Amino acid sequence: MSRYRIPGKGRVDHSAPVSFTFDGKTYRGLRGDSVASALLANGVHLMGRSFKYHRPRGAVSAGSEEPNALIGTSRGAGRFEPNTRATVQELRAGLVTESQNKWPNLSFDVGAINDRAYMLFSAGFYYKTFMWPKSFWDKIYEPVIRGAAGLGKSPTEPDPDHYASRYLHTDVLIVGAGPAGIAAALSAAQSGADVTLVDENPEMGGSLLSDPAVQIDGKPAWDWVEGQLGRLRAAGVRLMTRTTAIGYYHQNMVGLCQRLTDHLDNPPKGAPRERMWRVRAGQVVLAQGALEKPLVFDGNDRPGVMLASAAQTYLHKYGVKVGNNPAVITSHDSAWYAAFDLSDNGAKVAAIIDTRDSVRPDLAEGARKRGIEVLNGHTVTTTKGRLRVKSVRAAPVRGTHVGTGRSIPCDCLLMSGGWTPSLHLFSHTKGSLAWDGASNTFLPDRKTEECEIAGAGRGLWGYEAVLADGAAAGLRALEGLGRAGHEGRFTVANDRPGTGVSHTELPTDGNAGKARAFIDFQNDVTAKDIRLAVREGMRSIEHVKRYTTNGMATDQGKMSNINGLMIAADALGKQPPQVGLTTFRPPYTPTSFGAFCGYLRGETFQLTRKTPIDPWAEANGAVFEPVAQWRRAWYFPKPGEDMHAAVLRECKATRASLGIFDASTLGKIEVAGPDAVEFMNRMYTNPWTKLAPGRCRYGLLLGEDGFIRDDGVIGRLSPDLFHVTTTTGGAARVLTMMEDYLQTEWPELDVWLTSTTEQWATVALNGPNALTMLKPLVEGVNWDDFPHMSCAECTVAGLPARLFRLSFTGEVGFEVNVPARHGLTLWKALMEAGKPYDICPYGTETMHVLRAEKGYIIVGQDTDGTVTPADAGLEWAIGKAKKDFVGKRSLSRPDIVAKGRKQLVGLLTEDGSLLQEGAQIVLDPNQPKPMKMVGHVTSSYQSTMGHPIAMAVIEGGFDKMGETVFIPMPDGVRKAKITSTVFYDPQNERLKA
Amino acid sequence: MLLIHCPYCEDTLPELEFTYAGEAHIARPADPSALSDEEWRDFLFIRTNARGPHYERWRHVGCGRFFNALRDTVSDRFLMTYKAGEARPTLTQEAAE
Ligand SMILES: [Zn+2]
Repeated sequence: MSRYRIPGKGRVDHSAPVSFTFDGKTYRGLRGDSVASALLANGVHLMGRSFKYHRPRGAVSAGSEEPNALIGTSRGAGRFEPNTRATVQELRAGLVTESQNKWPNLSFDVGAINDRAYMLFSAGFYYKTFMWPKSFWDKIYEPVIRGAAGLGKSPTEPDPDHYASRYLHTDVLIVGAGPAGIAAALSAAQSGADVTLVDENPEMGGSLLSDPAVQIDGKPAWDWVEGQLGRLRAAGVRLMTRTTAIGYYHQNMVGLCQRLTDHLDNPPKGAPRERMWRVRAGQVVLAQGALEKPLVFDGNDRPGVMLASAAQTYLHKYGVKVGNNPAVITSHDSAWYAAFDLSDNGAKVAAIIDTRDSVRPDLAEGARKRGIEVLNGHTVTTTKGRLRVKSVRAAPVRGTHVGTGRSIPCDCLLMSGGWTPSLHLFSHTKGSLAWDGASNTFLPDRKTEECEIAGAGRGLWGYEAVLADGAAAGLRALEGLGRAGHEGRFTVANDRPGTGVSHTELPTDGNAGKARAFIDFQNDVTAKDIRLAVREGMRSIEHVKRYTTNGMATDQGKMSNINGLMIAADALGKQPPQVGLTTFRPPYTPTSFGAFCGYLRGETFQLTRKTPIDPWAEANGAVFEPVAQWRRAWYFPKPGEDMHAAVLRECKATRASLGIFDASTLGKIEVAGPDAVEFMNRMYTNPWTKLAPGRCRYGLLLGEDGFIRDDGVIGRLSPDLFHVTTTTGGAARVLTMMEDYLQTEWPELDVWLTSTTEQWATVALNGPNALTMLKPLVEGVNWDDFPHMSCAECTVAGLPARLFRLSFTGEVGFEVNVPARHGLTLWKALMEAGKPYDICPYGTETMHVLRAEKGYIIVGQDTDGTVTPADAGLEWAIGKAKKDFVGKRSLSRPDIVAKGRKQLVGLLTEDGSLLQEGAQIVLDPNQPKPMKMVGHVTSSYQSTMGHPIAMAVIEGGFDKMGETVFIPMPDGVRKAKITSTVFYDPQNERLKA
Repeated sequence: MLLIHCPYCEDTLPELEFTYAGEAHIARPADPSALSDEEWRDFLFIRTNARGPHYERWRHVGCGRFFNALRDTVSDRFLMTYKAGEARPTLTQEAAE
C-alpha cells in the first residue's frame, strides 16, 4: 500500500485492487477510485500540461469542474476519448489513460518553451500578432496555429459503441443528491408524486460523503444517507447516479446524460454506453450545491496546489492523503476542516495561512489542539517546485502592503477562496441572478420556470441550514403540483458552518510584473491578462472573456468566472454586477456526440423510403443513390460496365427501342372538389379551366415572390379531380403550400387535398416501341383519342391504373400508375411484355441525361430559388389571360423585369470535354482577379449524341446565343458556346410517332 | 423544447410536431395587380420583427392545420394560440405577464 493511501479508509474497496496504465506505466488503484484518486494514492500529482504555456499541472479539484487533469482514455479501437476528466473517470480493470499537451513526455515537454515566452502570449495575443502582414496568414500563421492548437487527440475511427435515448415524464425532478437534494426528495415523495433524483457522481450523498463526522438525527452522515436513500427507494423515487443534468430547456424540459458502461471492466455485450434522457418535469428542484473558488496568487497552478474541499474528498471518499505535509491558504472557514481532517489522519499540516485577521474561536482552538501553526492576516505570495509544489512563501498582508515573508516547506497546498453557488442550469432558463454584496457572489433571483433552488446553490452554508432548505424546497415543489405533504426536520451534530471573504488576486512580495497568478487554469489566463484586457479597452465581461479566453475552456469557467469578474470589476472601478456575468450555456459538462445522436446514426440516422419496385432493382444489380429520403436506382450496370458505360447503354436502348423506369417517387397530390379547377388556376401559373378531362398539362408552381418552386405534369381525370405530380423532393413542401393557401387565404374554396405519393407505384415507359408494346396490355383506353399529354383511368396488365401519356425523355412515353401493392407485379409484367423490344431498365442518371438532351429542367438543379419562368425559358407555361395566380404580381416587379438576369441556356464545349456542374462562368478569362462571374453550370452530362452537353444560367444568356464563354478550371480554361437548351429533336418529331 | 397548444386538436404537444410559418395577419391582397410595386414589396418582404409579443403562424404537422399564436420573442413563451381566421386578440395584461 502506498504511503498516501490510508488502510481501510474511504468508500473504496480495499480488498479489490484494480490496475490501469497512465502514460504507459502500470499503477494500482482500488475499486471505487477515480483515475485522479488512484494516481494521487500513488503519489502522482502531475497529470497534464496546460493548453497555452504547457505548464505542468495536477488535479485541482475532485469533481466534474476539473480544468487541469484532462486525460485520454481508451478501451480499444474506436473507443478512445480525449479530454476526459481524471477526477470523474472511474477506475476499471485494464483502463488505458494518457496525458495530453505534452511532447516528448509529461515531465519534459518542449512546448513548455511557450511558458518562458509568456510575455509574448498575453491577452489578445492572437488578435494582435497574427493580423499583419496579411500574406503571412495562409502560409505561416494558420498552419502553425493549427498544429499547436487543439486539446487532446481527436479520435479517428468510428465509435463502435451505441447510445440510447429515452423520454421521461415526472412530477418532480431533483438535480443533485447531496443533503439538500435528498431532503427535497423526502418532501416531494409524498401524496403519490412521481419523483426523480439524479446525481452526476457514482454515489449519492454529495458533500456528506466527504464529511463523515457530521451526524444527522443522531446518525453518522454515511449511515443517514444510506437510510434516506432506502426510504426514497421504498417510496418509489427514481434514483439515477452517473447522470448529469446537462441542460435546462423550456417548460421544465431537462436533458440528462446517464453514463452506463464507462466504469465497468467488461460492459455487457450490446449495452449502450450512455443514455440521453429528455425529461419533462412538473417541478424541478436544483440542488447542485456550490463550487469552491481557487485563490489567485503567484504559482497557484503548480501540481500539488488544489482546492481544500478536493483534498477533503480524496481523504474521506477515497482514503487518499493528497500529501503528508500540506499547507493551507484560505479566506473561508471550510478549508480549516480539511486541514483538521488531514491532521487527524496522520498528515503533518505545515500551516494554515488565512487572509483574514481573525477566525472563529473554535477553529483557532481546533488548530491549537492539533498543533497546527496558524498565520492569520497572511497570504501566500508565491510557490516553489518544478513538477510538484515544494514550498510556499507566506507573508503578512495589510491591505496592499506585504510584510516580510518566510518560506514554508510542504508537499501540497490546499486553497479556498470561498464558494460559488452552482447556478449553471438556472442560467440556462434565463433565470436572473442578483449580486449579493455580503457574500460577493451571484444568487438566484427571478425565475422563469417552475423550479426551486435549494441549499448551497442559493448561498446557504452548514448542513442544518441546507437540509432545512432542501426540505422546504421539496415541499414547495409538491405544493406547486397541487398536492400536500409535511416538511421533514433534521437535527445536525458536528455541523460545519462557515463564512469567508472574497479576494481579487492576492498581493505578492516578489516582482509583480513576473507574477503568474492563474484564474483560468486550462486556458492559462492570469490576473494580469484580465487587467491588460481592461487597460486595452474591454469594458464588458463578455469582451474581457473573448479577449483573454477566460472561462472559455471545457469547464466553462466553473472555477474562473467569478475570480475573473472580481478582477475585471476591480480594474474598472465598478461593482461586479455592473460589469456583468457571462452566460452559461448547455451542456453543463462536456457531453459525447454519441449521447446527442442516440439512435440517429448510420442506417437509422434518417428513414430510407423505398418504392414497391426497389426489391427488383436490388436483385438486378442496381446501384442506388439517395434522392430526398428515397433510395432510387441510379443505374443498372452489366458485368464489366462502369457508370458511364451503363448509362450510355441505357440511354441508347431507350432512344432506339424501349426503356423502363421506376418513377414511383414522384410526388402525387390529389386535388378534388367542386372548386378544384379554381384552386388550380390560383396555385399554378397555367390555365386549367379549358383543360378537358382526360388531358394533362405541364404545371409550373411559383412562390409569391415569382420564383419557380416546383413543376410536374398534372392530369385532369374528371371535372373536379386533378392528379398533380411534383418533384420527388418537393412533394411535402408543395402539399404544405397548397394547404396553407387553402386553409388561410381561400377557405371558401370547396377543395380537398390528399397526398397520394405512396399510394401509387409509377412506372415510366419510353421509346419508339412504347406504344406498340403497351397497347395490348391496356383495357379501357380509346387509342384514337389518346394523344401525347392524355390521361385515363383504365387497367394495365389487368391492374387498375391511371395511365398518363407524357414524356420526360423526348421519346413516346407513358407513366403507368397502379396501387402501390401492385407495383412490383406491374413492373414484372411490363418487363415480360417488353422482351421482344429488348426492354431496358434504366435509373435516375439515364433519366437525367435524356431529359437534359431535351432541355427539360429539373427544379432545384437548373433552378435555385432565384429563377423566374422567364429566366428558365418557360414563359409559355404562364396563363397570360389569368388575372391572378400565386406569384403573378411579382413577375412585373422592377427587379424581375430588369435586364441582365441570369437565363438558362445550353453550353457546348469547344474541345468536347465534360464541364463540371457548379463551375463558374466568365466572359473574359484574362481579366484581373477576382473575375466577374456571370453564371454557373447547372447540368452537365455525356450524351447520346457523341459529345457532352451542359446547361447553365448566364447573365443575359438569351441575347448571347452563339457567343463563347469561358469556364476557368484548375487544369485550364474551357471554352464553350452558348446554345439552345434543346439539344435533341428540337421539332419534337419523335413525340408524334 | 416548447409545448404548444393546437387549437384544433385542443391538445398541448411537443414542439417537434409543429413548424413555424411566418408572421400572422398578413392577408394576401384580394387583387395583387392593384398594388404598387412598393405595396407589393411590403407585402412580400416587410415584417414586424417584434421584440416581445409577436403574432405568428404555426402549423401542427400532426393534424395539418395552420393556426395563429402570440409568442414572446424574448422569453420564447407562447402567450396564446388561436384558430386561423379568428380576429387578432388584444394582448391582455395577465397574458403579457
Ligand atoms: Zn392539431
